[in-house]
Amino acid sequence: MFVIKCPYCGDRDQTEFSCHGEAHIARPENPETLTDEEWGEYLFIRSNKKGIHYERWTHDHGCRRWFNVMRDTVSDEILVTYKMGEEKPKS
Amino acid sequence: MKYSAINLVRNAFSYHENWQKAWSSPELKKEYDVIIVGGGGHGLGTAYYLAKEFGVKNIALLEKGWIGGGNTGRNTTIIRSNYLWDESAALYNHAVNLWEGLSSELNFNVMFSQRGLYHLAHSVHDMQEITRRAYSNYLNGVDAEILNQDQVKKNIPHMNVNGRYPVLGAILQRRAGTARHDAVAWGYARAAENLGVDIIQNCEVTGIDVSNGIVKGLQTTKGSVNAKKVGLVPAGHSSVLANMAGFRLPISSVPLQALVSEPIKPILDCVIMSNTVHVYVSQSDKGELVVGAGSDSYNSYSQRGSFDMIEHIMGPLTELFPIFSRLKMLRQWGGIVDVTPDRSPIIGKTPIENLFINCGWGTGGFKATPGSAHVFAETVAKGEPNKIASPFSIERHFSGALVDEAAAAAVAH
Ligand SMILES: [Zn+2]
Repeated sequence: MFVIKCPYCGDRDQTEFSCHGEAHIARPENPETLTDEEWGEYLFIRSNKKGIHYERWTHDHGCRRWFNVMRDTVSDEILVTYKMGEEKPKS
Repeated sequence: MKYSAINLVRNAFSYHENWQKAWSSPELKKEYDVIIVGGGGHGLGTAYYLAKEFGVKNIALLEKGWIGGGNTGRNTTIIRSNYLWDESAALYNHAVNLWEGLSSELNFNVMFSQRGLYHLAHSVHDMQEITRRAYSNYLNGVDAEILNQDQVKKNIPHMNVNGRYPVLGAILQRRAGTARHDAVAWGYARAAENLGVDIIQNCEVTGIDVSNGIVKGLQTTKGSVNAKKVGLVPAGHSSVLANMAGFRLPISSVPLQALVSEPIKPILDCVIMSNTVHVYVSQSDKGELVVGAGSDSYNSYSQRGSFDMIEHIMGPLTELFPIFSRLKMLRQWGGIVDVTPDRSPIIGKTPIENLFINCGWGTGGFKATPGSAHVFAETVAKGEPNKIASPFSIERHFSGALVDEAAAAAVAH
């Protein structure tokens, strides 16, 4: 179980949060122009990194805001949490 | 040596000290016709069926750790085939058909026990879902019975059907049940080696050699090896292996955990599962209750689940079975499961020629072991998936032809 630092509320127990998968995947600007491969890639294909992973969490039972987390998926250590729209920290 | 009553008696005279090893530890050769990566049940079974049914002679199986040390030895051993969609029913029922003859086929007691599986319904919607699924099962030749509350109560007297989420009924598959998970790996390993398969343990793949889009061999912790064909059968590391060959997968690797209680006298002679309150439980032949928890929502390779999942599983368990509330849980462990968007596996070709993959079994791969291994062996041998395997290609994520058990079967597998 983690303690997660919400960028808005500070350190809180993991049970207040939920994880929503890989971060920094931008929705394509013109979906109608994409091939099936490009659309499938956007919808389903994930990096699923063993090591440093960027992911989206929400503070469901707190401020209910979304933010990003940089976490090591081998040790589960959370390295940085940052607000949506902020630049992706270097690993 | 064949396992038989006569040999059991014969070996008793030497105090059972002269049984030969079930499989040996050969050296890795320079080249193989087929290399299977991953020594879980699915991989071992693939190697076995390749040798037995598809005439492949020169096979190696590489396992990062030891046989039975991965997810094959970490699951809750439940077997069933009452899936909603035709594609899934065909695949999982193929497995149940093979399970029924597996112990005698392998000359190894996998302790397959068709004790029946009750999938509980707690609401009107649940009743409609199981009814729809039962009719789908009938059409696919999968056995199913719809039971009402009284029938469930009669069959499982210790269950509290009037809890916070009352049990209104259940779908029962009598051919479903459990098997001894380690024995499945051991049985396939022994039978595969008898057919000449080299089982190489403690051999981790560190690279996949690809030239002009064709797989040529593997880099491993025991040196490099050439291969005409490679079948990847990982659990928990599918994306890592795919990355070595230069492609990506629609997979997220997440922790899933399970627990066993202290052993008690026989009390539960069937398998219980419920999606709505989320619990699944059976009793092992040793007497322990085997309880499966839910998967965590975040990616991880740590083989540790989060504590709150334990609470989420113990709540409904003790609500359904108040009699279990004073039991101590003896062991708890986690594994990493590779989950696809539609909760169906990936079996088939990859973007690399002669490189095949069988992965993405998510939270429910054990039950499919013989069927998965059998159809994947044919895929590797013939270079094309057969009728049962073909709906489970990677391409479905681009064509849109998902086999959406995520929506149909919800959480529990
Ligand atoms: Zn917050």
